[in-house]
Amino acid sequence: MSSTELLNRHLAAIEREEPRIKAFLRVTEDLARGQAAEADRRLATGENGSPLLGIPMAIKDVLCVEGVETTAGSQILRGFRPPYDATAIAHLRQAGAVFLGMTNCDEFAMGSSTENSSYFPTHNPHDVTRVPGGSSGGSAAAVAAGEAVCALGTDTGGSIRQPAALCGVVGMKPTYGRVSRYGLIAFASSLDQIGPFTHSVRDAAMVLQAVSGFDRRDATSGDRPADMVSELELGVEGMRLGVPREYFQVEGMEPGVKSTVERAILMLERAGAELVEVTLPHTDYGLAAYYIIAPAECSSNLARFDGVKYGVRDESARTLLDTYLRTRRHYFGTEVRRRIMLGTYALSAGYYEAYYKKAQQVRTLIAQDFENAFLHCDAIVSATSPTVAFPLGAKVDNPLAMYLNDVLTLGGNLAGLPGISVPCGTSEGLPVGLQVLAPQWGDATALRVARAYEVAQDA
Amino acid sequence: MLDEKWEAVIGMEVHVQLATRSKMFCDCSSDYLSAEPNSSVCEVCLGMPGVLPVINQLGVELVVKTGLALNCEIPVHTKFDRKNYFYPDLPKGYQISQYDLPMCRNGHFDVDDKTVRITRVHLEEDTGKLLHAGDALHKAEESLVDLNRAGVPLMEIVSEPDMRSADDARDYVVAMRALLRAIKASDADMEKGQLRAEANVSVRPTGSDRLGVKTELKNINSFRALHRAVDYEIRRQVEVLEAGGIVVQETRGWSEAEQRTFPQRTKEYADDYRYFAEPDLPPLELDSAWVESLRASLPELPAARRPRLELQYEISSYDADQLTEEPVTADLFEATVAAGAPAKQAANWIIGSQPTLDAASLAELIGMVVNGTINREQGLRVMAEAQSSGKRPAEIVREGGMAQVSDESALAEIVGRVLRENPQAVADFKSGKPQAAKALLGKVRAATGGTANMSVARNLLMERLNH
Repeated sequence: MSSTELLNRHLAAIEREEPRIKAFLRVTEDLARGQAAEADRRLATGENGSPLLGIPMAIKDVLCVEGVETTAGSQILRGFRPPYDATAIAHLRQAGAVFLGMTNCDEFAMGSSTENSSYFPTHNPHDVTRVPGGSSGGSAAAVAAGEAVCALGTDTGGSIRQPAALCGVVGMKPTYGRVSRYGLIAFASSLDQIGPFTHSVRDAAMVLQAVSGFDRRDATSGDRPADMVSELELGVEGMRLGVPREYFQVEGMEPGVKSTVERAILMLERAGAELVEVTLPHTDYGLAAYYIIAPAECSSNLARFDGVKYGVRDESARTLLDTYLRTRRHYFGTEVRRRIMLGTYALSAGYYEAYYKKAQQVRTLIAQDFENAFLHCDAIVSATSPTVAFPLGAKVDNPLAMYLNDVLTLGGNLAGLPGISVPCGTSEGLPVGLQVLAPQWGDATALRVARAYEVAQDA
Repeated sequence: MLDEKWEAVIGMEVHVQLATRSKMFCDCSSDYLSAEPNSSVCEVCLGMPGVLPVINQLGVELVVKTGLALNCEIPVHTKFDRKNYFYPDLPKGYQISQYDLPMCRNGHFDVDDKTVRITRVHLEEDTGKLLHAGDALHKAEESLVDLNRAGVPLMEIVSEPDMRSADDARDYVVAMRALLRAIKASDADMEKGQLRAEANVSVRPTGSDRLGVKTELKNINSFRALHRAVDYEIRRQVEVLEAGGIVVQETRGWSEAEQRTFPQRTKEYADDYRYFAEPDLPPLELDSAWVESLRASLPELPAARRPRLELQYEISSYDADQLTEEPVTADLFEATVAAGAPAKQAANWIIGSQPTLDAASLAELIGMVVNGTINREQGLRVMAEAQSSGKRPAEIVREGGMAQVSDESALAEIVGRVLRENPQAVADFKSGKPQAAKALLGKVRAATGGTANMSVARNLLMERLNH
């Protein structure tokens, strides 16, 4: 099949599915047609290039695509067309991928349901009365609904893995530093990572392979070899998989999710893995630490959206201070303003020691928890989210309940670890995700375990 | 005014633009002065969404070199922090700076016979500039933002309050400029804003060991302004205190037009910049071998070079000061002496006329003046021509027939003629007006077209007049 034919199928799926799913903020049909035609020319020359050549992809609206409106799901960036590509996007262009459009997300990636998008909510393809998860809900839903072969998202506390779990697709957050963050509109710089949504673990490995690598424009990117594919089929025979006691006792864990994940873990044992109970004793403090560090960084990262240089400005203001106040009050949403205020408070003189500094100390302890656990196992397995997809509107008025959705994923961000969510069955007819966490730079290990689960499940 | 009752206490904060070609965190040129507004910019220094800073290695190197030259400790662990505040010249809404782990700390700087302790030296990025359309900010219709300067590397050198007078403050900054130029950390031109000095000034009863309330002086564009501003501020504070008032802690600007300081901003509450570690830049670990190699690469510093020049070449301390203000000047001096010029003459020529000649040509020129081939006035003309044409001084003298008339009989004839033609001046001299001799000598010089050896001419003239 030609790239153009593949594109046409997906454009048709978008036309069919979008009225009920609303995964895309913008469909870039002209750009995609040009890229598909170019891919077909390259394929016609017999180019045996990247596996992504001619593949239609969706992109979360926080990744800058040169010349394409990129808004981070926010009104404040309405009309903003970056004059540069994010490094990950540049890699995809080079590989010959086809860009279908920008997907919906919680504003500035702050949320777990995509309901904080300033445009509209996205619906879960498995039940359109439910959320797709978030913040990369549009990317997850687009892949789940067959609108895109794969997609890029970003994960700051679980924003790839949780929507992947809730939409029944594969989603991976790589090791912090694996993928350049250049051109990723920052939410929390020390936690943000870019990663793929796909239908299979193998596809996830190939997309990750294409976008990863050291980038001189990102001082936090790592110069590590990135072979994601060759260990993929090695299986789990002889591997030790850690089962963290605390991750099965978290508040709000649904019994159906718990039992589904336990069954999946037992399948891995039958496939030859040795199960080891491990402990992550500071799990209870992770959420609190995360909700200080991430807002603190966001309060600074989002200061640049001041109405002076780009994006939207409130023109009714008569003074400089008023320009700042009105622009930011009117064009940032409630959750973004909440987190900016939380973060500003946590960094203020007199509170810094009690909040931000303490949270950083907890972060160190959580990273040590994982290091200790990995002395006893090769990877850690758990549920990705304590719940299945919840109804739209169910948690919008209760931010704390919403935050609890990230309790099993944010530890991986605080410790900078790679984590993948792979579909492992259903509870109440809705998808459940199995999370595999691996040591730093052990992305290939996480992929290998997830792939072994896919194989065991098919058997 | 400042009698024995009061003592001034002064600390300095000096901001220095580093001599790097590119900005601190992106590849843009840092030469913002010659660029059209908003032309030396990119997505990084414009603070666009998603972009990240990358450290300019040379910026770090120049700060460490400065720290070493100021006898600072260079800690192994250092990091960048974000200083958060809103202003249109700050595109990211935060400045990348250093807070609790500066690159250099606990140094000292010897200025003449005084030692000023250096608290810290750290690295940050400069802000952009605002241009207010209209004659005053509050009347401005529009404010324009130029971000060419945004992201230019800026070093801050903070001293302890170890200075006691306006002279001390000025001498410190003058010496700092010489040091920065010697180690090539900055061009340090105050008028171009490459070196910005802020003085923290307080006064206290002499003998007290408590510090008075300080004011911070800004908007100082020259050494003279610095001296006058500090002097004014000391006198103002003493007046306030003697009248029973209290000094308010505030930032005061220096008005060049009015020659006074004026309140700019009262610190009613402490600014809260919400500093935290810059998450986009990993902490730096300065390799101690690298630091030592920088220490070894430091040139001779002005504080050492000044006394050496004085001693080695037997020149005055004034001359040595002047020569070491710029390292290239001292280099030229030493090379000119090495090329054969007498030290005192070389110092005079270099300080007096700031030649752009190479050392060999300058030595050649000085040699011709010293041996009487040409006079000083001719020497200046030859120098100007050599500088514009690139010809050697000896060649110019030869081609221009400029060699001075030292021949006594030829000069005696001219002196005789001048005396005959100016009987009134001769009469004036004889009636006790010695300045008449000066006028006559001028006429001798004119009669020879400026080529007379003036000391020979003077002797001949005085001999005839006193006869």
